[in-house]
Amino acid sequence: MEKIATTRNPEPATRNPIIQLENICFSYPNGRAVLDNLQFEIGRGQKSGLIGPNGSGKTTFLHIIMGLLISWSGTVRIFGKPVETEQDFRHVRQKVGFLFQNADDQLFSPTVLEDVAFGPLNLGKKPGEAREMSLDTLKALNLDGFEDRVTHRLSGGEKKLVALATVLVMKPDVLLLDEPTTGLDEDTSKRIIDILNGLDISYVIVSHEYDFLARTTRDIYSMQGGKIEYSGRSENLHSHYHSHPHGTVPHSHN
Amino acid sequence: MLEEPFATGHSHIHCLDPRLKVLFATVYSFVVALSDRFPSLFAALALSFLLIGLARLNIREVAKRVLIVNGLILLFWLVLPLTFEGVALFYLGPFEVTREGLLLSARITLKSNAILLAFVALIASTSIATLGHALNRLRMPEKMVHLLLLTYRYVFVIEQEYQRLVRATKIRGFRPRSNLHTYRTYAYLIGMLFVRASERAARVHRAMICRGFKGKFYCLREFSFSRLDFVWSAFMAIVVIGLVIVEWV
Repeated sequence: MEKIATTRNPEPATRNPIIQLENICFSYPNGRAVLDNLQFEIGRGQKSGLIGPNGSGKTTFLHIIMGLLISWSGTVRIFGKPVETEQDFRHVRQKVGFLFQNADDQLFSPTVLEDVAFGPLNLGKKPGEAREMSLDTLKALNLDGFEDRVTHRLSGGEKKLVALATVLVMKPDVLLLDEPTTGLDEDTSKRIIDILNGLDISYVIVSHEYDFLARTTRDIYSMQGGKIEYSGRSENLHSHYHSHPHGTVPHSHN
Repeated sequence: MLEEPFATGHSHIHCLDPRLKVLFATVYSFVVALSDRFPSLFAALALSFLLIGLARLNIREVAKRVLIVNGLILLFWLVLPLTFEGVALFYLGPFEVTREGLLLSARITLKSNAILLAFVALIASTSIATLGHALNRLRMPEKMVHLLLLTYRYVFVIEQEYQRLVRATKIRGFRPRSNLHTYRTYAYLIGMLFVRASERAARVHRAMICRGFKGKFYCLREFSFSRLDFVWSAFMAIVVIGLVIVEWV
């Protein structure tokens, strides 16, 4: 019988952590504890995947890193410095890009160019400069010619790619992606995989799709009972049908 | 659905600075609305037709919009001549049709059509996004501009949510009747729509915060005033002055 790989630690990447979460606890007003003494860190250049059942707190976890939700206790450190106030988090949000699950939530401007330029303009770039950066980012994602398209008329896949552009244009050091391939066709998923593999920044991907994680990440973590645990290297994990009870838990066969 | 059939085009009017168009359309509609003499009203109507021609819009689409407004105006023609006091022109059975009533209806018709056509030619030929930024540059309060732009963006999304809810009721055999069950279902539907809209607003706001939003929108578009704009400003000024002279001198 295979052993469940939850004890081995991830490899050296964590020596130079960008994001560290220590003893994070969080519960919603209805009293259900979502995060319970959670520990997590991501190092420079580390590409990690996070899996876990629905409602296990994956999105809450991401929102806490971004300062959209404030943990009840524990410390969030970004680049080694603890972040607490809204002011601290504003700085963090320039360094940490967040791709929302639903692209319609992310794209609110009438045209693609305006949406992509929104971030740079907020960072104080001049209109000309923001336009330039946006066009470059669109080009890098093979979205040339999209700048004047109306955002709500894009297809689901196009929306996702443009949403990714709106995050990447801010040149983040880390990327958090909340179920980036949900509802996308093979083609768009493939494009996103290629884009992610071409990036030299760290990222954390929350996803249910092992195949997708195997092709984009190195380390896999799983979330359960309000905690995050290391599950192993992505190449050792897989999804297939199992007759034994651990089939739904990430595990390796070596 | 909100379409913008007139917003794309390459006529002179499409290329004009949107600020100029908003400004002229506003001044023009005030002048026309306040005019009373028929020479100036007919002149205004002719001018509005000229603008439509210059904008090279799809006449069929324009006619559709004009018809909707004139359907309402028809009501004035039915009511005003019979109710407005003045010299009786002729009698329809027991009712007296007054000269003043007819003239008033005619004025309303001319004014409405002139203003409507001018707005179609000038304002509908601008995309909502551009219009928002033009209003911003004309010192319209920012909150109003954001309301316009965000409404325009999310009205589609909310409409889709509404259609989803309606489908969900239909596939379970709901047919609207005049009974409590129907009213309750519609109330739930509308309530759910509000809940979803407000949840979406919260999510959109979060996404905006993640991209550095601090409560202020910055405009990407830089407006420039070209030679064409100068020529048109002069033309529009002459038109307004001409109308004022015909009307009040």
